[in-house]
Amino acid sequence: MNLFSRRSFHHGVHPDSEKAATRDLPIRRFPFAPLLVVPLEQHAGRPARAVVREGQEIRRGQKLGEADGEISAAVHAPASGMVRRIGLVPSPLGRMVSGVYLEPWPGSTQEVAEGAPCDPATATSEEIITAIKHAGIVGLGGAAFPTHAKLRVPDGQVDVLIINGAECEPYLTTDYRVMLEQTDDLLLGIRYLLKATAARRAILALEHHTRDVSDQVRASATDLPLELRVLAVKYPQGAEKLLIKTLLGREVPSGSHPVAVGALCINAATAAEIGRLLPHGRGILERVVTFAGSGIDNKGNYRIPIGTPLRFALETVGTTEAVSRVLLGGPMMGQTVADLDVPITKGISGVIAFAHTPPATVYPCIRCARCLEACPLDLNPAELGALARAGEHERMATEYHLADCFECGACSFICPSHLPLVQEFRSSKAYLRRIPATSE
Amino acid sequence: MFVTAVLAMGALAALLATVLTIADKYLAVEEDERLEALIDALPGNNCGACGQPGCRGFAEALLTGSVQPAQCTVGTAEEKTQIADLLGVAVGEAERLVARLACAGGANVARFRARYIGTPSCAGAALISGGGKGCTWGCLGYGDCVASCEFDAIELNAHDLPEVIEDVCTACGDCVEACPKDLFSLEPAADRLWITCRNEEAGDSLLEHCQVACTACGRCAFDAPEVVAMSGNLPVIAGDQTAGRVAIDRCPTGAIVWIDDDGVQHRGREAEVIVRQGALRVGST
Repeated sequence: MNLFSRRSFHHGVHPDSEKAATRDLPIRRFPFAPLLVVPLEQHAGRPARAVVREGQEIRRGQKLGEADGEISAAVHAPASGMVRRIGLVPSPLGRMVSGVYLEPWPGSTQEVAEGAPCDPATATSEEIITAIKHAGIVGLGGAAFPTHAKLRVPDGQVDVLIINGAECEPYLTTDYRVMLEQTDDLLLGIRYLLKATAARRAILALEHHTRDVSDQVRASATDLPLELRVLAVKYPQGAEKLLIKTLLGREVPSGSHPVAVGALCINAATAAEIGRLLPHGRGILERVVTFAGSGIDNKGNYRIPIGTPLRFALETVGTTEAVSRVLLGGPMMGQTVADLDVPITKGISGVIAFAHTPPATVYPCIRCARCLEACPLDLNPAELGALARAGEHERMATEYHLADCFECGACSFICPSHLPLVQEFRSSKAYLRRIPATSE
Repeated sequence: MFVTAVLAMGALAALLATVLTIADKYLAVEEDERLEALIDALPGNNCGACGQPGCRGFAEALLTGSVQPAQCTVGTAEEKTQIADLLGVAVGEAERLVARLACAGGANVARFRARYIGTPSCAGAALISGGGKGCTWGCLGYGDCVASCEFDAIELNAHDLPEVIEDVCTACGDCVEACPKDLFSLEPAADRLWITCRNEEAGDSLLEHCQVACTACGRCAFDAPEVVAMSGNLPVIAGDQTAGRVAIDRCPTGAIVWIDDDGVQHRGREAEVIVRQGALRVGST
């Protein structure tokens, strides 16, 4: 095992990790909210199709929505109770989406409905992928792309499976706690994934500050072709294309997926969830979320039912008086929420609350080029920003590779003029999505 | 030496001049001499409202006869007659369109859940959880449409709600592109009924976020069934609108309006009158 190759990608930034407050706190369970709000659109792709009706009594673990097509994911009832209403619900996406209001039975034992188990020893690749589809598993790192769609690759095309344990966002410690506390689930998940993709080997990528996970993994003696790699602490180490470059030296071409270079990246928490759910045939009912930041009283890692309204979650963990800004996800790529009624969905890895800080004054670009040295993809954020402010969205896409930007936020973080660069890029992307470039 | 240079350059000049003269004669691009006159007669805004790539494109299309002078939405009637005379064609008729905003939620009637601090633009705010407005469909009021309008036909009113000056609007569609909430659309100026809401929810609970929202009560469709129909919790207008004024009468929030000849929007008799001048407090009730 090659434990101490502390390699990394070039460029990137070093934000304060801020993980000390929660990294040693074990995962705790969370109570049910009096009313759960379960959006049917918690993943990339098409929303799930509701398969329950209003007034129906349902068991915990029963399907509320069926995957609608290939790029879609099933949604399960996070609690036994009654469907109060099916309609539009608030969502972290910033718009209303279709969803289910579920009222949990207060006195219920909340026993989980079991499905058809999937045995790792005998199941075929297709059976495992189907089981993952039924479990409604999506990438738990944040992008929430349906995992089964990611795994459907032509035979023999993937030779390395990368398990992404590089949780590079500041504050977040969910993947770390899951890897530490559910090591057996993680290894079983990797076993399922190796079989599903027919990859020959797997690599578990860790950042240097989470290296104690590797002792745990080695302690549970395993026959898996699993390699452990500890990488330098740097942001955004966990971005899949950079991770592949660091680990394998292969560069994923612009506009294509990692499969093009024979690699497949799965988030460590997702792998652990696969190992936890598939032996029972269950669906995702809850996920681990880090609550941190100066505005949170009881910081920690909580296993929280999907659909718990943010307001209830914050009341349960307690907030300080001065809290004025709440982020879903990490502080670098996370989304500030405007509405505390949005529920926790599958893609949310952290809830970070801050006390009020006056906004930084924005100054003009001084052409210091620090953003060029921060951008892990060698883009030119300064020029992109200038074009965005001039409204030249099409030129950004055609000449400056706007589509390659994955919005890691390194440029905005490093900018001494506090220019909201990533916001400008996202705004241009949104414009181009709405008004497709005219071909003249 | 000096003589050689003069002779060599002179010979070269003579040769190239001959080539250019021949090229000018045989490779000349025939251009209709009326084109320049047409371009001069057109307004020169290059707004694209006619569907052509700018005024030159429109002039070329006029010469081929694929468009009529009336399809220019900016020029005055005089200018169009002048163009028609120049070409010897009829001015033609075109339905006049104007931009209309499907939201009436100004700051005095619609609530923000959270205060957005950042780039003061709708496009930027819309990315941060939809901009923080209580109604996720509603106008954010940072005026991206005002900035996009090159005819100064849109103004923000005292409550940060854009108002279209219909006389000045040329229906170029820039505001339609600029609005991240897709609230603008180009409508026939002769249309009288208009729904000033896009909220797809139903019920009085909406009023907590916006006092002028359509609650999908359906009274407009009940009173004027031949003009208004309900679809997806919003009224849809179809058919002859001249008899449709009755549709606005019982609307409790004034979300359906009647636009008179001067472009003034009239709310129904039973619409709640809101006299609040200041903005609503940010946050929940």
